[in-house]
Amino acid sequence: MATEAKADFTSNLGRIYTIYTGGFIAFVIFIAILERVGVPNHILGYLFVAFTIGVYAAIGILSRTMQVDEYYVAGRKVPSFYNGMATAADWMSAASFIGMAGTLYLLGYDGLAFILGWTGGYVLVATLIAPYLRKFGCYTVPDFLAFRFGGNAARIAGIVVLMSCSFTYVVAQIVGTGLIGARLLGMSFELAVFVGLVGILVCSMLGGMRAVTWTQVAQYIVLIIAYLVPVVILSTQKFGIPIPQLTYGTVLSEIQIREAALGVAASASHITPFARYDPLNFFALVLCLMVGTASLPHVLMRYFTTPSVREARQSVAWTLLFIFILYFTAPAYAAFAKLEVFENVIGKPLGQLPGWVYSYGKIGLVQICGVNAVDVASITAACGRIAGHTGVLGLANFSIQADAIVIATPEIAGLPYVVSGLVAAGGLAAALSTADGLLLAIANALSHDVYSRMINKNAPVAKKLVIARALLVIVAILAAWVASGRPADIVAMVAWAFSLAAAGLFPALVMGIWSKKTTSAGAVAGIWAGFLTTLVYLVVTRYFPGFGVDYLGMYSNVSPTTGRALVDIAKIKAETPQIFNQGMVLVSHPLASRVGWFNVANISAGLFGMPVGFLTMIIVSKFTTAPSTEMQNFIDDIRRPRGEAVMIEKAG
Amino acid sequence: MSEPSKVQAHWAETQRLTYIMIGIWAFFSFFIHMFAPTLNGIKFLGFPLGFYMAAQGSLIVFVAQLFWFSKAQDDVDRKYGMAEDD
Repeated sequence: MATEAKADFTSNLGRIYTIYTGGFIAFVIFIAILERVGVPNHILGYLFVAFTIGVYAAIGILSRTMQVDEYYVAGRKVPSFYNGMATAADWMSAASFIGMAGTLYLLGYDGLAFILGWTGGYVLVATLIAPYLRKFGCYTVPDFLAFRFGGNAARIAGIVVLMSCSFTYVVAQIVGTGLIGARLLGMSFELAVFVGLVGILVCSMLGGMRAVTWTQVAQYIVLIIAYLVPVVILSTQKFGIPIPQLTYGTVLSEIQIREAALGVAASASHITPFARYDPLNFFALVLCLMVGTASLPHVLMRYFTTPSVREARQSVAWTLLFIFILYFTAPAYAAFAKLEVFENVIGKPLGQLPGWVYSYGKIGLVQICGVNAVDVASITAACGRIAGHTGVLGLANFSIQADAIVIATPEIAGLPYVVSGLVAAGGLAAALSTADGLLLAIANALSHDVYSRMINKNAPVAKKLVIARALLVIVAILAAWVASGRPADIVAMVAWAFSLAAAGLFPALVMGIWSKKTTSAGAVAGIWAGFLTTLVYLVVTRYFPGFGVDYLGMYSNVSPTTGRALVDIAKIKAETPQIFNQGMVLVSHPLASRVGWFNVANISAGLFGMPVGFLTMIIVSKFTTAPSTEMQNFIDDIRRPRGEAVMIEKAG
Repeated sequence: MSEPSKVQAHWAETQRLTYIMIGIWAFFSFFIHMFAPTLNGIKFLGFPLGFYMAAQGSLIVFVAQLFWFSKAQDDVDRKYGMAEDD
């Protein structure tokens, strides 16, 4: 009976999700009607949250399961197209949805490093790793490491890297739900964090991977509609063509004309390459993000759910297509917002600024003359204190936070609140879907790798699943608890995850598949060497720059435009030794994240860790006993799709 | 062809295909963007070409490349009887 219902479900996926999409659009129209008849905004906002989370919860509950295979890999029955959608939602986080367009607004061309880095990595996933792991047939990434590299030393190393990448990342997603709730829906931050926690648990706890898969597909549909609608309308208003990705070329030309009129040097233009990152750092960042993408466990484990190796490969292609739809739209958001600022904000008298400036100034996202743009009186007073201010807003006195761009676009376009509510629902979907995937990656590593493989190998299936769920809830509550303290440092550390994964996991995964000669000792040494090199570089440059200068031979990074040192270390050391010698420093410290080796910014720390990881692996493997013939045959098995999975779990 | 030589030939061709893919990837991830300042002097669909390549061009190549790869690798698997249904 249960299996019949399941088969029925997978063969009707197209119909089910088409109805779902239609239902969602009908719901948005219904909210628009409610808004017209005068229902207040905060009620509409709550309806959006309640409806979408209600739907995710329903999917989560319908997909509950008591089978190990379903819990860990959705029964390996997810067709490539839908797995592509689910992986896209898994991948695109609160930061992609809310922050990416703003980063592009602030960094111009150089922000495209993120666009390239977070898409191109899928080429590595498809060609080097995912299909082979699918053939291997594991439940988790540490599972593969343990099998290929003979035991628990490799498994533990894998778990440590996985935890350090994924935990900060999941905290950042829950902070994201808090911020979306607070900024767009008028909830308190703490309430929104709690809603986020509930939203995550209802999707993942009862059904594990199976439930997360089908909610992520639903979440992708919500987030992509929400992302496209505001900017498509904006493009239609301005050019009569509903394809912003095409029309923003013209916007870029207008931006350049405005920049010239405002006296912005051509070398600092929105479209000028390498103005904020020098070429070394631009390409290092692209590389670290790409390789990091190819090694993050919460992404890789999604490809364990397809019915075949062939579908795993196709699925990566679908994933990238679905991600591409959002990522090639983000620069359009940035360009439209920049033009709006140049046309209607900069150069205007303080009394004539558009209303959105104040809407987002009130929640701290827009500053004018150094203060939050709360109302005309406060900014007039603040600008009055600046000597020689003429009462006309200049470029230097206006600043906008990255997060404001996507959030403010509906209001910039003069759209009704329903569109802002839709954007909030989209951002929430992005945050929840990523949090689900990460949480599952962490909890599965604990329950499958630590408990079932190391502590209690003979636990009955029912007990395994109870433990898996208990750990999931504990990790989720822990993450939400950390998130409720609004840890700015942890959110900033998310970018570290890519470098850590790139250096810690990528060499072992690639060598494990592509080199028969890599030995267990080599792999374990390589994982630790790559991971620790990266971690030390990150922690020292950010938190202990004085130590880095004194003991690790670090020196000041240089400015990409002038080529001069960012900080005069000798001067700080001589004149204010108490500042130089501070132990653990705050982000505001003059040396924090401004020192390093070879001018490599700490966000690209993987640039050191990756080669260290690979070299250690190769050198140690040369001096240790080669893998057994049996292991070499297993590797051959992984390399061809034909035949049974190498590692077959006992069916639960 | 004997079974062991089939296995060998299959892996050799798989490797060759993978190297081609990595070559394309490296070209569109890094090489072409090194010339972004120069490419920006050329207009393409109303965009400065250097900007366009990083914002859309390379991404389109990656997507197309992956659909092509999954087809091409499948052909290699079938050619040597290494596909799942063989």
